[in-house]
Amino acid sequence: MTDTRHTLVALVEDKPGVLNRIASLFRRRSFNIESLAVGGSERPGFSRMTIVAIGDSAQVEQIRKQLEKLINVVKVSAITEGDMVTRELALIKVKATASTRSEIMQIVSIFRANIVDVAPSSVTVEVTGDEDKVNSLLGLLRDFGVKEVSRTGRIALTRGSNS
Amino acid sequence: MKKTGAQILCESLIKEGVEVIFGILGGSVLPIYDTFPQYPQLRHILVRHEQGAAHAADGYARAIHKAGVCIATSGPGATNLVTGIACAYMDSAPMVAITGQVARPVIGKDAFQETDITGITIPITKHNYLVTDVTELARTVKEAFHIAQTGRPGPVLIDVPRDVQQEQTEFIYPDRLDLPGYKVFSRGHPSQIKKAAALINEAEQPVIIAGRGIIISQAYDEFREFAEKAQIPVAHTLLGLSCFPGDHILDLGMMGMHGTGCANMAVQNTDLLIAIGMRFDDRATATTKEFAPNGRVIHIDIDPAEIGKNVPVDVPVVGDIKSVLTALNEEVERREHVDWLSQIEQWRCEYPSQDIRQSDELLPQYIIRQICEATQGDALMVTGVGQNQMFVARYFTFTKPDSLISAGGLGPMGFELPAAMGVKIGRPEEAVWCVAGDGGFQMTIQELATITQENIAVKIAIMNNGYLGMVRQWQELFYGRRYVDTKLWNPDFVRIAEAYEIPGVRVKRREEVIPAIQKATEHPGAFLIDFLIEPEENIYPIVPPGECLARFFEPSRTETWKQKSGVSITEF
Ligand SMILES: Cc1ncc(C[n+]2csc(CCOP(=O)(O)OP(=O)(O)O)c2C)c(N)n1
Ligand SMILES: [Mg+2]
Repeated sequence: MTDTRHTLVALVEDKPGVLNRIASLFRRRSFNIESLAVGGSERPGFSRMTIVAIGDSAQVEQIRKQLEKLINVVKVSAITEGDMVTRELALIKVKATASTRSEIMQIVSIFRANIVDVAPSSVTVEVTGDEDKVNSLLGLLRDFGVKEVSRTGRIALTRGSNS
Repeated sequence: MKKTGAQILCESLIKEGVEVIFGILGGSVLPIYDTFPQYPQLRHILVRHEQGAAHAADGYARAIHKAGVCIATSGPGATNLVTGIACAYMDSAPMVAITGQVARPVIGKDAFQETDITGITIPITKHNYLVTDVTELARTVKEAFHIAQTGRPGPVLIDVPRDVQQEQTEFIYPDRLDLPGYKVFSRGHPSQIKKAAALINEAEQPVIIAGRGIIISQAYDEFREFAEKAQIPVAHTLLGLSCFPGDHILDLGMMGMHGTGCANMAVQNTDLLIAIGMRFDDRATATTKEFAPNGRVIHIDIDPAEIGKNVPVDVPVVGDIKSVLTALNEEVERREHVDWLSQIEQWRCEYPSQDIRQSDELLPQYIIRQICEATQGDALMVTGVGQNQMFVARYFTFTKPDSLISAGGLGPMGFELPAAMGVKIGRPEEAVWCVAGDGGFQMTIQELATITQENIAVKIAIMNNGYLGMVRQWQELFYGRRYVDTKLWNPDFVRIAEAYEIPGVRVKRREEVIPAIQKATEHPGAFLIDFLIEPEENIYPIVPPGECLARFFEPSRTETWKQKSGVSITEF
């Protein structure tokens, strides 16, 4: 079996230590995690977590089941690529001079990204999209000199009305 | 009327039916201990080391199938519990461990005897709690017992800061639980059960691997009906011993690294493996690469995460063993498996792993056999870890359901004595034998004081080989007989026992064995026998590391083994 990227979406109780329990589980069982994003959900007192895990499907099924065993984890779904909407947010600080600034702005507008901060020698770009979009923008901006990047990691929901 | 946190804790324990608590006090549990006299129905057993408290609670829990309770102070008290909690976790024993914590205002300030015990125990508990509000305490206790005792059982820890123990609130014991993330799979899915039955009905060479889940579920009758109806031979994991009569024609004994030749051959040659309440531990399967190469696998377990964890499974059935087997028994057909069972008998003759070699020396196998005969298999056997444990597993014929208490998953030396105390307190009417290693015994030897103070009538049989025997065996077989640091200087255990006011005898020769066992049995209280056994006796067969179950080694097979494997055993 081959290693691929899998997306798991978990509904978890918003209680102290939950993140620690989940992180501890990943570490202890040597699960390979690419990103983990967590924030509020539609239910008060519960958070939604998106985990991107690398492995074959048996390994990812193990991760899912072990996560579901945690008392504070309500539900974990493994979502397949076609069935979900995914987004990532990135902030990219790029070197900018008077001569390059307008070129950067052009690229940014093609990607429907925004410039959220301007300084004498840099601009900070905010981009939202799937990872490919963020990666391509980042690739183009590298030519100007990328000073700092902060990415949220993927968040995901299933498409359509199922939950 | 308002009550203190300490009172609420005690009353909640009583609501949960707790009768016995094992523990040691200290600064941050003093408020709890101070309320004990108000609750005489809670019997507190003062142990001599918190590891003893945890193992005793574990032994007690395994004996009575309810959560055992242990209590320790913050910091060192709590960390001393860790081995016992980890052991209960690995073997799915229900336990509620209560620890004191420093007062809330100083948590996080590295206060005296502050340890992050909830952080430490995340990977070795089913769940844990730090109670930061006294109004949460009763609910927390209720949840803890529910989680510990249902589904796949396990330990739950509750950390209670000292000031929470002193704070007051109304005591309301909730009657409902709100655990949205806690799921228990009790009944197997009917279509999975049908699929399993179909495989079973068409199998020609099926084998059951019986694990501790059958004992946890107390499904002895359903299991026996299943094995007998479909005429399927039964191999056991270590902890699955005593779920099925050891003298039954279908019983193959223990499988695994030190399993019987017959059990291991049956598993390796099966066309259908029916794994029930077991988790494919590597000591049972040996290398999984060549494990049961032609066997399809049915795995019945209450824990969905066990399915496919170590071994690929064809038909999983997730549910409580008792209910799954009840349903399965409706679906499986009567079979005879004449050819397969005669093949099994052939292996049984070919590899008489149960035989004891001729020797004038005092052999541990002989002693275990004699304890079995003297007690007519009616004793509860508690073991240490190492050779002594394997000798019990292999030479005691378990005919009484649920009569082996042994630490399988973690295998902590020192389990034997405190666990035996817990077992005896849980089942006082039954004879409890503690088979100890001379090494392991000295890891928790101080519990002899608890035994005397609390008048706990356990019979202690030390398999005194003067070695860390199991490790010495590995050094002998796999490290060119270089016995590095495995030789033990031992004290005089009989005089030690005497100092604790426990009578005892030393046994050096075969003919002294039966009288000594008799003496121990007749004595009403605790009794110790120091058996000076053949120092370099090995437990065989042994599957060398990295080999498959079929490649077990025993001295009588040195030559065939060498031919088959291309190397001699010492070349591993
Ligand atoms: C706490 C702990 N430390 C070390 C080990 C590793 N170990 C496994 S068996 C064994 C030897 C046990 O010696 P003894 O108690 O005398 O039993 P024997 O094997 O001689 O019967 C050791 C050191 C262990 N299982 N537990
Ligand atoms: Mg020894």
